[in-house]
Amino acid sequence: MLQIDLWKRLTIWALVIVGLALASPNLFYNKVESHNDAVAAIEKSGATPEREAAAASWPSWLPSGLVNLGLDLRGGAHLLAEVKVADVYASRLEALWPDVRDILRPERETVGTIRLQPSPAGELRVRISNPDGMARALELVRGLARPVTSLTGAGSNDLQVAGQGDEIVVTLSEAEKQATDERTMQQSLEIIRRRIDEVGTREPTIQRQGNDRILIQVPGIGSAAELKDIIGTTAQLTFQPVVSRTTNADTTPGTGNELLPAMNEEGAFYVLEQAPVVTGEELTDSQPSFDQNGRPAVTFRFNPSGARKFGDYTAANIGSPFAIVLDDEVISAPVIQSHIPGGSGIITGNFTVEESTNLAVLLRAGALPAGLDFLEERTIGPELGQDSIDAGKLATGVAFVAVLGFMWASYGLFGIFANVALIINIGLIFGLLSLIGATLTLPGIAGIVLTVGMAVDANVLIFERIREELKTARGPARAIELGYEKALSAIVDANITTIITAIILYVMGSGPVRGFAITLGLGIVTSVFTAIFVTRLLIAMWFERRRPKTIEV
Amino acid sequence: MRLRVIPDNTSFDFFKRWKVWLGISGLMIVLALVSFGVRGLNYGIDFRGGTTIRTQSTEAVDVGAYRDALGALGLGDVVISEVFDPSFGPDQNVAMVRIQAQDEAEAVTPETISAVEAALQGVSPDIEFVSVESVGPKVSGELVWTAVEAVVLSIAAVLVYIWLRFEWQFALGAVLALVHDVILTIGVFSELQMKFDLTTIAALLTIVGYSLNDTVVVFDRVRENLIKYKKTDLKEVLNLSINETLSRTFMTSFTTLLALFALFALGGDVIRGFVFAMIWGVFVGTYSSVFVASSILLWLGVKRDWSKPEAEAEAKKNGSSV
Repeated sequence: MLQIDLWKRLTIWALVIVGLALASPNLFYNKVESHNDAVAAIEKSGATPEREAAAASWPSWLPSGLVNLGLDLRGGAHLLAEVKVADVYASRLEALWPDVRDILRPERETVGTIRLQPSPAGELRVRISNPDGMARALELVRGLARPVTSLTGAGSNDLQVAGQGDEIVVTLSEAEKQATDERTMQQSLEIIRRRIDEVGTREPTIQRQGNDRILIQVPGIGSAAELKDIIGTTAQLTFQPVVSRTTNADTTPGTGNELLPAMNEEGAFYVLEQAPVVTGEELTDSQPSFDQNGRPAVTFRFNPSGARKFGDYTAANIGSPFAIVLDDEVISAPVIQSHIPGGSGIITGNFTVEESTNLAVLLRAGALPAGLDFLEERTIGPELGQDSIDAGKLATGVAFVAVLGFMWASYGLFGIFANVALIINIGLIFGLLSLIGATLTLPGIAGIVLTVGMAVDANVLIFERIREELKTARGPARAIELGYEKALSAIVDANITTIITAIILYVMGSGPVRGFAITLGLGIVTSVFTAIFVTRLLIAMWFERRRPKTIEV
Repeated sequence: MRLRVIPDNTSFDFFKRWKVWLGISGLMIVLALVSFGVRGLNYGIDFRGGTTIRTQSTEAVDVGAYRDALGALGLGDVVISEVFDPSFGPDQNVAMVRIQAQDEAEAVTPETISAVEAALQGVSPDIEFVSVESVGPKVSGELVWTAVEAVVLSIAAVLVYIWLRFEWQFALGAVLALVHDVILTIGVFSELQMKFDLTTIAALLTIVGYSLNDTVVVFDRVRENLIKYKKTDLKEVLNLSINETLSRTFMTSFTTLLALFALFALGGDVIRGFVFAMIWGVFVGTYSSVFVASSILLWLGVKRDWSKPEAEAEAKKNGSSV
């Protein structure tokens, strides 16, 4: 029992050393963090002297994984958003109307006149004046349906078409709704991710939760409201032909036209053709810039089809104004001076540098496919986070010293073995946390403190058992052996049950609770490891050297 | 000289009045349930929706002035409380403002928050809002269910595990002890009207884990002694087992409490409720593993014939699976 194979000894020490090495960067948190940031920045946008210097401040051959600090420790914002996926159904169906009209029009003989009816959400209702032609009309409209392209919806069509009296009712099939939801969510996640990345903050968490929710956590941002501004703003950019300019807000724009206010001129309005020449969806890039007078501006570039449309339009309309419209406001309405081929241009307005930067970000990221409802939002100030870290450090330190002292007083030398194991244990927890890139939260610190208290349990079980065995067993070596042997089943049962609760906490919990579950769970694993292997090895090494006739535990 | 709080070879008779202990526990459970029924829990925004704002200012907190400023906004139920903590600096005056979920809103309304912030700035110009948390009623409803599910699920999982490792009487004893701990903790929270939120659930589940840890250690010894002393009265075996593990029970509870009290005193006010729940849990958990779980085991009786081939084989396997 006390004979431990050499390879086992080496494995135990190797695990301890690897664990402690992984934990070591956390002792130099700020230095390593600036090193990591600099490395990431160099990778992303090239090296600068400062970045090189920051990167060199921590040797690259050392481990550089850090425990992430949760929002409650670092400060930042947390949002839980629900994507209104049903919004997309409506626009899908709206877009279907021209197709329905075009397919029925040649059959006017049988179906009569076709008219779009006011439709409740999620339906497209079309009335035909000749109900006898309903069968034919339904057949034609059904012909518009396409197979659903998704794994789960394979084999079904995207549209459901039914006749009700003289009305054709088109709805999306369940399979299509699911496929649409899936696309909407993917798109929303992508857009939110891009918008947040544009702002350049460290390690944001953007996660899908359940069917239609997105969890967004951004450390270091001032407030949840700021975060909402970044992700929630939908920038719809269009280029529309100008019909006229007016200062009368009550002007009737006429069919196919609309009246929109100018962004920077008080009381000015433009009558624009409703159908845009090009929309922001065809933008490929947009950057903040300055115009020839040094005023902040935004440059943009279209994709090939957008560039062609824009080129054709400018070629055909030299001398007439066209409007750049952002979110139903006219940013500017320059006169086309010349044919603009190549599909790039510049928007000038009375921007500040910040506004032009934000506008470029918004244009680049595109519009969210559906609206967001914010179900939960939390802002934690950095001061509060720092206070919590300080308090947590102090409490952990005091708890640590108290437990170490108590163990020493109770078990003497064996207590010191347990204490060494406890110190290694804490190191291993941090090593594992850094390795898996887990997030440390305030309840997580509580989990560690609790582990400090509970980690000695396995050792206590063993030592108490050794004490008992000393009364009956033949000699100290045998007592130690039996102590380990007999305490094992209690240790295993006790820790498996605790780990069951830690796993359930992790699965069911979110945010801070999950952070607690992680440290508790890892703490159980490391404390069992240190108690069963590390202290045993320490005792075996001591025993081999001293060969005591009697021991006192 | 070693510190020995629990002397070796104790022989307390824990089961002389086991019916009394069960009766006391039963009474405590009834009291806890009555308190829960009458006073109810002081749910945090996690469970009932709403907004909490933590403010910090250099001038002293005037709860009355805050209330007057916010009352004008017509936000319904607004709770303002000043927070004290020894770790605060001299110019650090902290208050918590809690606003109920607004009726019409499924989600969170930023307008409400900015209105509240503006009103408080009117009272105390240098006020800072160090944390603002809002939970919409939709999410809070779900969180309640998730929390209940988590607690029930973990107790069920434990029931199954102990059943597999021991006998059903052990499983039932352990689970009733857990239910006892959970109910008493909820009772304390309702009686003291302490804030009950998601982290309290985490504390509750830790208590479940801790109490179980204790119970399992005692049960493990009971199983061992049942095999060792086949003819001894069950009550004697239980008593012996508890006495033998008493020193360990005390040591572990004490070291855990040392750590928890450090956290309670120095960990800051943000997690004080959480730590309080755990301290309470260590006490009731330790009590329940001795007096509830084992008493129930005594009450139910347990299979004594552990010499069956399978039982023997299992005992051997447990002993030698090192």
